[in-house]
Amino acid sequence: MTTWADRVSPTVKAIPPSGIRRFFDIVAETKGVVSLGVGEPDFVTPWHIRESCVYGLQQGYTAYTSNYGLLELREEIVKNCVASYGVTYDPRKEALVTVGVSEALDLAMRAILSPGDEVLVPEPCYVSYKACVALAGGVPVTVPTKMADCFRVTVAQLEELVTPRTKALLIGYPNNPTGAIMSKAELEAIAAFALKHDLIVISDEIYASLTYDGTHTCFAALPGMRDRTILLNGFSKAYAMTGWRIGYALSNADFIGAMTKIHQYTMLCAPITAQVAAIEALRHGQCNMLRMVEEYNRRRRLMVDGFKTIGLDCFEPKGAFYIFPSIKQTGLSSLAFAEELLKAEKVALVPGDAFGESGEGFVRCSYASSTANLTEALTRINRFVKKYI
Amino acid sequence: MRELLELLEKDHTLTVAQLAVMLDKPQEEIAALIKQYETDKTIVKYQTIVNWEKAGADRVTAIIEVRITPQREVGFDAIAERIYRFPEVRSLYLMSGAYDLLVIVEAKTLKDAAQFVSTKLSTIEGVIGTTTHFMLKQYKEAGVILEDEEEDRRLVVSP
Ligand SMILES: Cc1ncc(COP(=O)(O)O)c(C=O)c1O
Repeated sequence: MTTWADRVSPTVKAIPPSGIRRFFDIVAETKGVVSLGVGEPDFVTPWHIRESCVYGLQQGYTAYTSNYGLLELREEIVKNCVASYGVTYDPRKEALVTVGVSEALDLAMRAILSPGDEVLVPEPCYVSYKACVALAGGVPVTVPTKMADCFRVTVAQLEELVTPRTKALLIGYPNNPTGAIMSKAELEAIAAFALKHDLIVISDEIYASLTYDGTHTCFAALPGMRDRTILLNGFSKAYAMTGWRIGYALSNADFIGAMTKIHQYTMLCAPITAQVAAIEALRHGQCNMLRMVEEYNRRRRLMVDGFKTIGLDCFEPKGAFYIFPSIKQTGLSSLAFAEELLKAEKVALVPGDAFGESGEGFVRCSYASSTANLTEALTRINRFVKKYI
Repeated sequence: MRELLELLEKDHTLTVAQLAVMLDKPQEEIAALIKQYETDKTIVKYQTIVNWEKAGADRVTAIIEVRITPQREVGFDAIAERIYRFPEVRSLYLMSGAYDLLVIVEAKTLKDAAQFVSTKLSTIEGVIGTTTHFMLKQYKEAGVILEDEEEDRRLVVSP
């Protein structure tokens, strides 16, 4: 007899369960945990942004918006993009407000992929990338990046894996989980590769504002890349607005039109409350945001120094709010390290293999946590690691 | 260095070693800077914010608007000094607008505070008049919300 489980779509069944989810269940049962496992800011959304939403509700902002999102918000998004990177879009046809970068990513994949199309995905990477490609009928082709290359993807690696079926490249820098960034010159090389093979580039730049070394290069701003790129960004990280569920996509009118077609039938529009707040964030949120960035940067240095003292090999992250030390010296697997550390010292972090096979041998520690918590966690990790090295 | 001062203003228990790492500067440089700020009184004092209500201590705070006649040569400063030397005075500001000095007085009881105003403050030569307000509840002090009910509502592990 067929069970209900048998009737679940094979595409969905083939997607491996999230490594983070599995680990979360273990952590949730432990009390008194110091967590470095959180992938979202420890700041609450700045008050002026929250207050603007309350005011919006009082004024009756409770209805659907245009499928594209409030025009006022799209105009602010484009203005911000012009000011930051010098690349412009038509707010009426080339900008779409989404329910987080998460939705934008899904829409982008569904809008461009036909069954069997291959997408190059550098790894370790955000947990949704490969799943979104697969759910859209595509085939994710992982490109393992190495600590020796500062977790940057190189053209040589891409050339080895590109095939006539390759349709797109999906990159995310600054990177979750490694904290790696790519320089302008390195991205230009990737741009030349995309042009040579006529690939679409989906660039998830949600951590763009959290860049600590130099300035962020927007992929769409590189010569000739604007129309070839689907640029994804949002409010979750830079403005500490994860729970509001709001992000956006910018690209040529055909891609944005196609994504909007899916969005209008599956989502209708992003929540108006969050859209109102996002306008406030873009108009008046710069100062608060820079303060948060300064704070992350100080904690980043604390973590780099901490892991150096502990004696674990660690690449210095240059963006986002993660540090990705290698735990190979301990002889433990990522999962065993995370589980044993949790048991022995009650520190939660995320095993690197949750971000793809090439993350094995590493663990992701988020420094979106108070200095006191970070210092305590480093002390405990140090005590734990000393048992192995 | 603005960033160093901001960090210490928020939390003076940070050690020189921690500050040096966070600001990416050698420890000696940070130690010397702090010393210099302490010497030249850029850093005036390290203090602790106490929620006295929680500590169960009886205290009243009075906010007093004071109108004065400025004096030749010294302006408001001489009278201000006569006022701020009293240990009961917690803060004193020169103001623009309807009155001249804003005095914050702390005392054990309402009576003590009233006594201070009537016998010490309003009798100072040059003081024309006072208006006293008693504080009922303290919500925020020096940028810190005293009973902050906002807590960390994040999941312990997330992507
Ligand atoms: C690289 C990356 N992309 C996208 C997201 C999802 O962002 P949003 O909250 O906008 O859906 C995250 C969240 O952790 C992320 O780390």
